[in-house]
Amino acid sequence: MQMSGLGLGAMMLPEVPVIGNPVREEQLLNPWLDAASKKKLAETALNAARDKGATYTDVRIGRYLQQYLFTREKQVQNIVNAESYGIGIRVIANGTWGFSATSDVTPDGIAKCAATAVAIAKANSKFQKEPVVLAPQKGVGDKAWKTPLTKNAFEIPVRDKIDLLMKVNGAAMDNGASFVTSNLFFVNEQKYFASTDGSFIDQDVHRIWPTFTVTVTDKASGKFKTRDAISSPMGMGYEYLDGLAAEKIAGPNGLVGYRNSYDMVEDAIAAAKQAKEKVTAKTVLPGKYDLVLDPNHLGLTIHESVGHPTELDRVLGYEANYAGTSFATLDKWKTKNFNYGSKLVNIVADKTRAHTLGAVGYDDEGVPCKEWDIIRDGILVNYQAIRDQVQILGEKESHGCCYADDWSSVQFQRMPNISLKPATEKRSVLDMIKGVEKGIYIIGRGSYSIDQQRYNFQFGGQVFYEIKNGEIAGMLDDVAYQSNTQEFWNSCVQLCDKDDYRTFGSFFDGKGQPAQISAVSHGSSTTRFNGVNVINTGRKI
Amino acid sequence: MAIILTESEAKALCQKVLSYSKADECEVNILGEERGNLRYARNEVSTSGALINQNLQVQSAFGKKVGVATIDEFSEESFEKVVRRSEELARLAPENPEYVGVLEPQTYLKSNGFFESTAGINPDYRAGAVLKSLDLTRSQNMTAAGFLENQKGYSAMMNSKGLFAYYPSTSVNFSLTVRTPDGKGSGYVAKGYSDVNKLDTAAATKTAIQKSKGSVDAKALEPGKYTVILEPTAAAVLLENIFFNFDARSADEGRSFLSKAGGKSKLNEKIVDERVHIYSDPTHPDLPSSPWSGDGQAANKINWIENGVIKNLVYSRYWAQKNNVKPVPFPTNVIMAGGTASMEELIKSTQRGILVTKLWYIREVDPQTLLLTGLTRDGTFFIENGVIKHPIKNFRFNESPVIMLNNLETLGKPERVVSTETNSNYLIPPMKIREFTFSSLSDAV
Repeated sequence: MQMSGLGLGAMMLPEVPVIGNPVREEQLLNPWLDAASKKKLAETALNAARDKGATYTDVRIGRYLQQYLFTREKQVQNIVNAESYGIGIRVIANGTWGFSATSDVTPDGIAKCAATAVAIAKANSKFQKEPVVLAPQKGVGDKAWKTPLTKNAFEIPVRDKIDLLMKVNGAAMDNGASFVTSNLFFVNEQKYFASTDGSFIDQDVHRIWPTFTVTVTDKASGKFKTRDAISSPMGMGYEYLDGLAAEKIAGPNGLVGYRNSYDMVEDAIAAAKQAKEKVTAKTVLPGKYDLVLDPNHLGLTIHESVGHPTELDRVLGYEANYAGTSFATLDKWKTKNFNYGSKLVNIVADKTRAHTLGAVGYDDEGVPCKEWDIIRDGILVNYQAIRDQVQILGEKESHGCCYADDWSSVQFQRMPNISLKPATEKRSVLDMIKGVEKGIYIIGRGSYSIDQQRYNFQFGGQVFYEIKNGEIAGMLDDVAYQSNTQEFWNSCVQLCDKDDYRTFGSFFDGKGQPAQISAVSHGSSTTRFNGVNVINTGRKI
Repeated sequence: MAIILTESEAKALCQKVLSYSKADECEVNILGEERGNLRYARNEVSTSGALINQNLQVQSAFGKKVGVATIDEFSEESFEKVVRRSEELARLAPENPEYVGVLEPQTYLKSNGFFESTAGINPDYRAGAVLKSLDLTRSQNMTAAGFLENQKGYSAMMNSKGLFAYYPSTSVNFSLTVRTPDGKGSGYVAKGYSDVNKLDTAAATKTAIQKSKGSVDAKALEPGKYTVILEPTAAAVLLENIFFNFDARSADEGRSFLSKAGGKSKLNEKIVDERVHIYSDPTHPDLPSSPWSGDGQAANKINWIENGVIKNLVYSRYWAQKNNVKPVPFPTNVIMAGGTASMEELIKSTQRGILVTKLWYIREVDPQTLLLTGLTRDGTFFIENGVIKHPIKNFRFNESPVIMLNNLETLGKPERVVSTETNSNYLIPPMKIREFTFSSLSDAV
């Protein structure tokens, strides 16, 4: 599920989840407590919880920083600098989870918070039928991890960021846009984890997302079309905005894809031109088409049709009241031959790949991160599971994909990076298109919807090109495709190679009640799916 | 200091903060709230939580240079600091061409949205309410996953022109999905109230159990255009996409479903069936809401769509000034008037149709037409000759709420609903719609 971000007031300003309170820009660069001080505070919590009767405790002392910039045309609409600082204490007492959090990070405040967590666990244990079983996790001692980056986005002056966005907006307007909004999102999670297992982990996690929407209106006809940025949110610093030529991937018809470096101005120019072209583009004839899906589009389809259905908590029914359950049930997995996709489909989960949103050293349960297979040669082989779940799969080690979006939120199973492996044989996008007789090439994230068990989905995109007899035959409009997850992945017939591999990302993925956000990447190369049902979304009102 | 301030406490606090101001104009906004929740799944409690939140925001302006600063810890020394900080930021800020100054004092309607009953909810209440639900699902061998969340809070504002506004409110939302043990049936219920005395978790649970049992062994119908009866919970998630798009500026700029050829908006034009009446009324006893909008403007009773005609659009104070019209604030509640028909009567009068109890994963496909897609969920039924014949498999739909309200057959009696997409509460009638477009089948239960 993706946060739609709508709500009463949504029309006034782009509404995005902000955690914490506004602070001065300079404050974002203030040094925080050193690891030794954090360890001391954490030990206060561990001891206090143990004294109250907890059999297991973990502590997360977190400082979460966000800087969000919003502009339209020549105006800065809003700048958000926010900081959230506090401690979350999770315990097991009477075999039941309890959780409490406080912004009062003093020994007294921490002790009270630990006592509350234990009291909640004991109170809730009246409802509990089976005690919580945790997969063993050996303490890792004192560890530190930091997102590898060369430019800390928080050290770049706001002035420079505004200058960039004004350049982006200007480029779009000069190339035919009627309106443009552009945004920069920066997140820094400084979190210290400690547990009664003997782990003391200090992590410094950075994420970035530059994006925009270009609108072209045609006054005479009353039509309007938009084109969003084809950037990807990344687990990187400001260097993602360097626009390095070596990280650009040339596609058909002068189209450009971006790997680990993004040229925002260049993309804004392309967006304005494409949005203009969309106004007069041919409306699609519904029917079956072979789809050639760009990684910047396919990522969301992977997210919704593979990422969510293989979350073990969904499979078990813990999300039944909101996000739903899953068609990828344990009995299907147990057969060891459930055909999720064609033999070409190899999907891996990881929280380790550089530049991705999921990459960290340890998850929010102190488990070292790793990579594991979800679908191998088309067969469903595993799920995403955390410490209190993996025993259901007969495993003894957590997958390391537990996450909380703030110190004040309780950690739970969240999606790691879920990615489609590229072809091992050489193949470019042009090679792939050459082989398609009747198809559509789709780029960018558009409208998306999938049922609560992840069978039936519908996806749109940002730009669509008709493929006729191996060549791009011009732009199409009003395109969306519908399919069934298993049918769709079994129609996967060809993949491009690793030179075309890129990540797509979701910066505000929503799950749980109350809802928590999370950021996740999905890598793939351009991939072909045969005979997919395409509908026409044009209407008259 | 308490988290939830009374009107006089809030007023005194605002005055104190304003007394530090040296700017041309100053505005103070404060809020405080306490929330609690209990979540359960697989017939067991899974998580519970509580949240206390307070915030004070100061906006200072020198001419059109505006700065905003915020604090979440209220102390004597922090009040002056936050004012100084906002002034410092205002001096550094570029001129905001859209700043129109603070408002003169306003007159507000009286609206009672604060109920002691709801304000008094404690963890024991939540546990008891959830146990009533669990007892039923456990004893009937059904599987429950639910969420109960309550909130009490207030917001207040004051500015240097003497405007003061205060509004306290309470709310409780309960939602529940009940599945059969074999996973072949699923039913849902959601209830939202300002006064928790109206919440009966046992009665709500019985509704979800009934829908769940009734949805077992669903049969497939061919996708296509059908007459549908939308329960209010299903209608709300479609209609709110109209409510979110009442903005005059977008319509005037040519990028809204309310824009038309030639560069004008559709204001004062008939856009839907003439029986459609959509309005806001903060004093409505079933959906009380704040009598003032976020910027301090009075949220008065206002018609958005009357006799099918779009009568008003939201004009920000800047856009109103630019267009020489009166500003219209964004609504604090939305109500759709209905008819008198009961659900039974709507079904009885249907020769062939589909009863939709809930819709899921609604997304906009085309902002030009407000075409939406999504799916039916947790109980969809085939109606023939005035009676419910059997459950049917879920459908994906592609439909615009604008087209839907042009294909209106009958309206029932409005009731308070919780949007399953945004958690917003509305008053929405059940409605019968002809030619609703279902585009494919889903195997999901």
